[in-house]
Amino acid sequence: MSAGHSHDHGHAHDDHAHGHHELGFIRKWIFSTDHKVIGMQYTVTALVFLFFGFTLMMIMRWQLANPGHVIPFVGSMLSKQLYAGYMNLATEGVLLPEGYNALGAMHGTIMVFLGIVPLAVGGFGNFVMPLQIGAPDMAFPKLNMMSYWVFLPGGLIMLASFFMPGGAAQSGWTSYAPLSVINPGQTAWLVGMIFLITSSLLGSINFIVTIIHMRAPGLTMFRLPFFVWAQFVTAFLLLLAFPPLEAAGVMQLMDRLAGTSFFMPSGLWVSGKAAEWVGGGSPLLWQHLFWFLAHPEVYVLILPAMGIVAEVIANNTRKPLWGYRSMVYAAAFLGFMSFIVWAHHMFMTGMSTKISTFFQTTTMIISIPSVIILTALVISLWGGSIRFNTPMLFAIAFLPMFAIGGLTGLPLGLTSSDIHLHDTYYVIGHFHYVVAPGTIFGMFAGIYYWYPKATGRMMNETLGKLHFWPTFICMNCIFFPMLIQGMMGLSRRTYDPNIYQAGLASLKLHKMISWSAWIMAIAQLPFIFNFFVSMFAGKKVTENPWDSTTLEWAAPSPPPHGNFLTEPKAHRDPYVYSPPGRKDDFLPQHVVLEV
Amino acid sequence: MGVQNPGYWLPVDLSKYGYKIDDLINIIHVFMLILFVGWGIFFVYCLVRFRAKPGHRANPELIHAKGSKYAEIGVAIFEAVILLGFSMPVWAAYKHAPPDKDKAQHVRVVAQQFAWNFHYPGPDGIFGKTDQKYIDEAANPVGLDPNDPHALDDIVDVNNLHVIRGKPVMLRLSSKDVIHSFWIPVMRVKQDVIPGTVFPIWFEPAENATLGEFDITCAQLCGNNHFKMRGAVHIDTPESFQKWLDSKKVSTQPVNAEEEFKE
Repeated sequence: MSAGHSHDHGHAHDDHAHGHHELGFIRKWIFSTDHKVIGMQYTVTALVFLFFGFTLMMIMRWQLANPGHVIPFVGSMLSKQLYAGYMNLATEGVLLPEGYNALGAMHGTIMVFLGIVPLAVGGFGNFVMPLQIGAPDMAFPKLNMMSYWVFLPGGLIMLASFFMPGGAAQSGWTSYAPLSVINPGQTAWLVGMIFLITSSLLGSINFIVTIIHMRAPGLTMFRLPFFVWAQFVTAFLLLLAFPPLEAAGVMQLMDRLAGTSFFMPSGLWVSGKAAEWVGGGSPLLWQHLFWFLAHPEVYVLILPAMGIVAEVIANNTRKPLWGYRSMVYAAAFLGFMSFIVWAHHMFMTGMSTKISTFFQTTTMIISIPSVIILTALVISLWGGSIRFNTPMLFAIAFLPMFAIGGLTGLPLGLTSSDIHLHDTYYVIGHFHYVVAPGTIFGMFAGIYYWYPKATGRMMNETLGKLHFWPTFICMNCIFFPMLIQGMMGLSRRTYDPNIYQAGLASLKLHKMISWSAWIMAIAQLPFIFNFFVSMFAGKKVTENPWDSTTLEWAAPSPPPHGNFLTEPKAHRDPYVYSPPGRKDDFLPQHVVLEV
Repeated sequence: MGVQNPGYWLPVDLSKYGYKIDDLINIIHVFMLILFVGWGIFFVYCLVRFRAKPGHRANPELIHAKGSKYAEIGVAIFEAVILLGFSMPVWAAYKHAPPDKDKAQHVRVVAQQFAWNFHYPGPDGIFGKTDQKYIDEAANPVGLDPNDPHALDDIVDVNNLHVIRGKPVMLRLSSKDVIHSFWIPVMRVKQDVIPGTVFPIWFEPAENATLGEFDITCAQLCGNNHFKMRGAVHIDTPESFQKWLDSKKVSTQPVNAEEEFKE
């Protein structure tokens, strides 16, 4: 036989080969234990949260570009006093400082914990990983279902916090004590975080066990697609980094509610009177515990995106990945190193030379594996026959965007240059280049790439390109000026930038950024339309529309409960593209060669 | 008000040693630019040359690209050089080689939501004692002890830091309530102010620093009016400094932070 794509069992779905009885609607689509349904639940929920988080930012951008002006469209809605004690975000249509801080804190929280992590790990990890390893499902399907049903309440609590007395969290997504203990709104945030962390922990254990135990026969660790490796390392990061934050979250909750003082020093004088906390807590302890999670978290955000990009690049260059093994080692090393760089977020806290020497050295070292992965992906282009379809456009755009994100990390990772750049817009520009045009482009690549596997239909290519190009241009018009504003000395989290000279001098850039953000919102409409309409109107596909080699393409599209019609076996490396002496330019892992 | 941002890059540097930080920032950015452009040329070249063409097939042979190894080693060497040659020495000098304290001007800085209280020791050169119980937000924001003779000539100015060019300034930073971050962009000095701890920092206005008023920024989110927590550093000549001092003869002047800010 030549290759998998000549088979046609694309629509043998739902009433399947393995003798599963038909499940009711609720068991099948709501309380499902099927990794694919859970993956789709995560994906759709996370996309909604991402769009919501982006909307919050569009409101903030109005205030930054036009300080003190009435917000169009939503200004009056945000000014409505729903009940006595309700925290308004705006009055008479103008955003309030506390409203700005609430939107900022919630934008960060939603994008990271409700958007990208659930999409990258809960969505793509859940849907793709078991298929790629040839497994019928995750190792613990019920745990998997629980992970989603703990995540969702966490997210809903976060959203509901806008309507609770005192409003949503206003102390940044970092929730630094003592401010976060004093400020209103933080209790709901902490409770929500405890749910989200628990959800991630349940998921991570499941991922690790599944990858170790459930691989198809013949699928050795070094035959795993790079995406699976990325998820494997990510799962370890979640498993090891989240527990300290969960403990810290409970401690901060106790500081707020039970009068403990884990993070509250004695002798505070707040709003004109002595504060009640005595017991000599340490605000710095919170920062250490927070960043001990939040730095590995950065790699939780970026590794799955790298995994997706690697899959899409191998598929669309029609050749094996260059340096697959060194990429795997680099990802593992990245994961390890990410646990010993956290204090580079804290260089300005009065750090001694000894500690800063250690942390700036580890920070420089951690850039090397990123360089290795990026270089391998670029060299993979060499000698290829590159197809520029929508997933590939997002995947290759990821490379220069992540490069800018990574490079701008250098001056922040060195203590001396960080003196000027710390807590400026430069930082915002830097990490958004990593997660917005970086990770989110990876996510878009993944959605366009695996959509036919999930639905059995293609997304529209023209709409895809209409989505890609404006988004790519707007992303750069949003985040590049921020690097300049930071260089000029504009401090982060300033409600009205005109207070400072650097703000006045860079106001034009603020206007440009805001307009780009709003235009980018419009550029998402083709995507949203494409995403929903293609479910019914997209071109129908068989199991392997991209002529791909990895195991997920051996299953029907969409895969039935239990995934594969016959148990797949892996006979070779993951990316055997353009093998010499064959008519097809790909040789899937599961195909048995005629002797 | 002095011009702080002449263009779309770093603000003016009015300190004696800030150029070291600027040099480091500039060197890294030149390196970043070279790396990005070189890498970008290769990237775009690949995209154009290896685009799919009818009848053309990818070459699955993996090239033995030495270039990547050289690039990685190059990055590592460069990082080692800026780390050992620039960042660490500058940081060590900043932390371990403070100026002679007898020649420096000393000021206590007490941060609070949302103002910077600058406490000067006055002519006797000794800071009066302070205690929370004497704090009066309007009249005595740092809580100077009225029974301490050293406190009588002390000067507290809200949001205004006066310094003399060419004279090192040593600050002791503390916070009453939450974490703030003390930042003077034109002096290239920044330090988080964490309640419960006192942070000694220093900087030195250059001999020829432009006279005038420049921003002091709170760089750490500290509450609703964080954005308003702007102070001003006034760079004086010895004469203009003395003139300001004379105008402040009475200690612990009642200054209202809000009023002060409005103009």
